[in-house]
Amino acid sequence: MLAYFSSLSFLTLLRALPGSVAQGMVWGIMALGVYITFRLLDFADLTVDGSMAFGAAVCVMLIRGGVHPIVATLIAFLAGMVAGLVTGLLNTLLGIPGILASILTQIGLYSINLHVMGKSNQPVSVDNYPLLVSLRYVTGSAKSRAFFFLGMVIFLVVLICVLYSYFGTEQGQAIRATGCNPNMARAQGINTNFIKVLTLMISNGLVGLSGAMYGQFQGAADVNMGRGAIVIGLAAVIIGEVLFGKWTVKRKAAFGWTLGAVIIGAIVYYLVYQFVLWLKMPSEDMKLLSAVVVAVFLAIPYLKEKKSQRKGAKA
Amino acid sequence: MSEEKYALELREITKVFNRGTVNEKLALSGLSLNLLPGDFVTIIGGNGAGKSTMLNAIAGVWPVDSGRVIVDGTDITALPEHKRALYLGRVFQDPMNGTAATMDIEENMAIASRRGQRQTLRRGVSAKEREFFRERLASLGLGLEERMTSKVGLLSGGQRQAITLLMAAIKKPKLLLLDEHTAALDPKTAAKVLEISDRIIEENQLTALMVTHNMRDAIAHGNRLIMMDEGRIIYDVRGEEKKNLHVKDLLAKFEEVSGTEFANDRMMLG
Ligand SMILES: Nc1ncnc2c1ncn2[C@@H]1O[C@H](COP(=O)(O)OP(=O)(O)O)[C@@H](O)[C@H]1O
Ligand SMILES: [Mg+2]
Repeated sequence: MLAYFSSLSFLTLLRALPGSVAQGMVWGIMALGVYITFRLLDFADLTVDGSMAFGAAVCVMLIRGGVHPIVATLIAFLAGMVAGLVTGLLNTLLGIPGILASILTQIGLYSINLHVMGKSNQPVSVDNYPLLVSLRYVTGSAKSRAFFFLGMVIFLVVLICVLYSYFGTEQGQAIRATGCNPNMARAQGINTNFIKVLTLMISNGLVGLSGAMYGQFQGAADVNMGRGAIVIGLAAVIIGEVLFGKWTVKRKAAFGWTLGAVIIGAIVYYLVYQFVLWLKMPSEDMKLLSAVVVAVFLAIPYLKEKKSQRKGAKA
Repeated sequence: MSEEKYALELREITKVFNRGTVNEKLALSGLSLNLLPGDFVTIIGGNGAGKSTMLNAIAGVWPVDSGRVIVDGTDITALPEHKRALYLGRVFQDPMNGTAATMDIEENMAIASRRGQRQTLRRGVSAKEREFFRERLASLGLGLEERMTSKVGLLSGGQRQAITLLMAAIKKPKLLLLDEHTAALDPKTAAKVLEISDRIIEENQLTALMVTHNMRDAIAHGNRLIMMDEGRIIYDVRGEEKKNLHVKDLLAKFEEVSGTEFANDRMMLG
């Protein structure tokens, strides 16, 4: 026991934390995508596991082929949108239930990603290419670290502002109405099928973007890198809601703060992840832990309601 | 083209649910109905008579098996639900159904005020629209104009139905469809919402179909009354004749035509 504690070096943990924060920021973009489908559209979209890796594969292969990382990252965003389009059409045009439609896209993307990369893993080194993000910027000099985080924060703030404005437009309102009450939306002339497809495209575009950034960040695209991404995204959404839910609703521009809370949720997730690793718990168990945490927090509102209903019935 | 232009023509509408299964149900059986512009028709009938199904057939919730739906001279039978919304205003029995709970009052109204238009990337609620909505809400006399940025989910059922009515009428639809829209409310609130309905129909000179489970309301409101049974219209009165009706006349009529008693039905006599 004593030996176990003395083997834990606090300094090691401290040194690992900036990397975890950076990773949380990158995955936070994916979590925004999950938030948009899961909370705004009320659609459980499992496409993300595939579109995350798709974004990474497309971006890394383009960079290796000489395309500038900025352009490659933007194309990865479009690639993610195409993945969302496929799920949307399977669901709305062919009538396949949402979850199943998204699983079909996800499975199909696994093969496509292998084709894109030619094998299961492709490196892209920051030594050879001017990557937008990289773990090496974080572990490097204090100046490069400050520069990296400043850039990331600005990018995320701009992204949140864009999303905030978008969901306040006529189109954004149509998305929220469709997610909240599809019958009302149709009665008010909203083409809910079109809106679903559009939202899935926006969401998976963000996931593809996140994948592209994560591929650069870790210096490689891997066909398995999106596995379980949906659970991480949900965990980030839920952590954000649990930590800041009460606080955000009272704010002006509450929706913008909620999006910010999702990013912070992702950062907290990776800080906890690092902490668990530091405790020398096997990292394989992290997915199980995440799944349990997500299940518990998704169940809480339901159980609360059931309890209050039972109370109401007694009264 | 008919000589007179009807606000609504239903021609021989048939709808069968669950065709070919043990649950097969003929819900509309060659139903025809013509409404003149400005007609305000109340609809009564027993549970399962096909009243909601008729309104859903007009609204395009699902395609009908045969027949035509013609609104203001335009055949809309082939249009999907969201495209028919341009012609229609709808209020449902469940107050939760007509509005988006997680959105502001003004956002709900803004969505309704764009019915039939493409959603652009313009701001969802403009300052000019806000003033218009404020004035519309103030006309309800419920104080909702002071709560325009409240989430609709925080409102009572009656307040939600009142807002849904405003939303339904905001684009002056060719036809207003009210499906037992006061049935889920307490009697006092129901009376208030009915009064608002009357006023909105009158002010905008709307053509309206109102399903109600309350015979007295059916007699007191509108200029025409129809009774449905087994997917058909079994009784149709208008004008003076309707005004002079009594609840007992309707009961007698129902027993005469359908051969069953109303007493064991959900229908309310009072
Ligand atoms: N979507 C549906 N699927 C299957 N059966 C339906 C559906 N809607 C209505 N029905 C059936 O059609 C009949 C008429 O229903 P409805 O129009 O709702 O009656 P009401 O006059 O009480 O409004 C009922 O037998 C009902 O069970
Ligand atoms: Mg009904």
